[in-house]
Amino acid sequence: MRVDVRKTYKLFIGGQFPRSESGRSYELLDAKGNFLANPALASRKDLRDAVVAARGVAEKWASASAFNRSQILYRVAEVMEGRREQFVSEVMAQEGVTKAQATKQVDAAIDLWVWYAGWCDKVPTIFGSTNPVSGSFYNFTTPEPVGVVAVFIDDNSSLLDIVHGVAPVLAGGNVVIAIANEEYPLCAITLSEVIATSDVPGGVVNVLTGRTEELAPWVASHMDIDGVDGSGVEPAAYETLKRDGADNLKRIYSFKAEGSPQRIISFMENKTVWHPIGI
Amino acid sequence: MLLTDSSESSIKSFLKNLSPVDQVGADARAAMLATRSIKTSSKLWAIDTAISMIDLTTLEGADTPGKVTALCTKAVRPDPSDNSVPHVGAVCVYNDMVKVAREHLDNNGGKEIPVAAVSTAFPSGRASLDVKKQDTEDAIASGATEIDMVIDRGAFLSGNLEKVFTEIVCIKEICGDRAHLKVILETGELVTYDNVRRASFLAMAAGADFIKTSTGKVSPAATAPVVLVMLEAVRDYYAMTGKKIGVKPAGGIRTTKDAIKQLVLVNETAGPDWLDPKLFRIGASALLNDLLMQRMKMKSGQYSGRNYVTLD
Repeated sequence: MRVDVRKTYKLFIGGQFPRSESGRSYELLDAKGNFLANPALASRKDLRDAVVAARGVAEKWASASAFNRSQILYRVAEVMEGRREQFVSEVMAQEGVTKAQATKQVDAAIDLWVWYAGWCDKVPTIFGSTNPVSGSFYNFTTPEPVGVVAVFIDDNSSLLDIVHGVAPVLAGGNVVIAIANEEYPLCAITLSEVIATSDVPGGVVNVLTGRTEELAPWVASHMDIDGVDGSGVEPAAYETLKRDGADNLKRIYSFKAEGSPQRIISFMENKTVWHPIGI
Repeated sequence: MLLTDSSESSIKSFLKNLSPVDQVGADARAAMLATRSIKTSSKLWAIDTAISMIDLTTLEGADTPGKVTALCTKAVRPDPSDNSVPHVGAVCVYNDMVKVAREHLDNNGGKEIPVAAVSTAFPSGRASLDVKKQDTEDAIASGATEIDMVIDRGAFLSGNLEKVFTEIVCIKEICGDRAHLKVILETGELVTYDNVRRASFLAMAAGADFIKTSTGKVSPAATAPVVLVMLEAVRDYYAMTGKKIGVKPAGGIRTTKDAIKQLVLVNETAGPDWLDPKLFRIGASALLNDLLMQRMKMKSGQYSGRNYVTLD
């Protein structure tokens, strides 16, 4: 008989896996009510550290070519494929579904990731434009990433919702601070291990596990966060989030659980360039 | 008096009689002091104190008059949206920028802010004594009231202590009452803590008003144990002579946390008397923005971002 190798679930900040600065963790139960894990309970200072890490690489990620970002995101899907069994067992444990159902969700998650990888270099083409202006100018509009985006992961599913939240924001060239759903943190942690071993630069994706209601006010008021996906926030708290986030004109949205380029373009802003003709 | 005369032999015997530094002890004590927690009520005081101690510095080959005037404007009012932020301790620039800085400060409400010039062939100190003297004279003539001189590390390490000593004495003579003299030891090149302690005493005995860790061009710079050793030297020198010498860590202090750790070191080593811009300065540039962001966080309750402080 072998002794169990128990896993310590940590946060993912700036490419590292630190414990919470607060030293706290919480007890996670599986679908049947048995003990499953002790994930870290992130504090507002962990959030602050994550923002600093994210801001530090925001420019680098935004200035990578769309093609390069696309390749890197595809690489993440490749590594997810290699971790398929781990994802399946985590989905089963957390949601209490059958192996077939869990496998279906993992397949869908990896496919969705590939789908968003493909979007990287299509976004400027489809959502940008050349504008007919009166005067001797070429006039272009191209979407550009806003910067640091915090994503509150929804609780419709334990893995697919994470991909719904994180992948589109990355595809647009933004850096992400994902706040995992309190009930379903395991796949978020495993995904951060996937990302750490892909070619994603450290700090581009940061994952915090903990309580949404504790972190939401700090996310909303943080002046260095440019956008928030509030899909995982309760409706009442979502209104507060929008009000508190008004101070630095954050883009705050909530989405349905489906793949859509709208999720990419929501966290981009249009830049218009006037270029003189014939000089 | 500490020294009978400034001959090589008397300097050597003086420095030889200094108590050695316990390296492991110094590291451990600095690490222990770094874990002190600072309560919120003290933190605001610490941030304001740290701001008032900053020698706001730009020492780049690419410095332009525009950059220096922008720096001076920031020195007078670090946060344009908040009047209650104190001005910084001094502005520190290269010799040729002293005049630009002095004029801009005088014309923009910064008359009380001194201009410090790095001098004596900064940062390497590789020039003849005449050149170093002229360098210092130039800086003072342009309006510098603080001189940051570098010691000749090559001479110090090869045991030519008299040369180091004489140079400091000469520069001090030129400064006279016109300028404060800060002596840069460049601890990153002195190898051992014992050398740091010896160089500290050598500089103080030769007439330094301040001892400063580093030029900022060499890494490691102002590490906590080195600052601790220098603060202990200052404390011991005060006990021997009754003269209070200032300390200026410079280089590598970039965050509010780092700055507050320095203040803890000062308070616990030299004592609360040194928590004063007259006796403790921090040479920094990026630090100021971090202090301002922390201050905004404490006042508004929300985390600030780099969009709300100036780009340097």
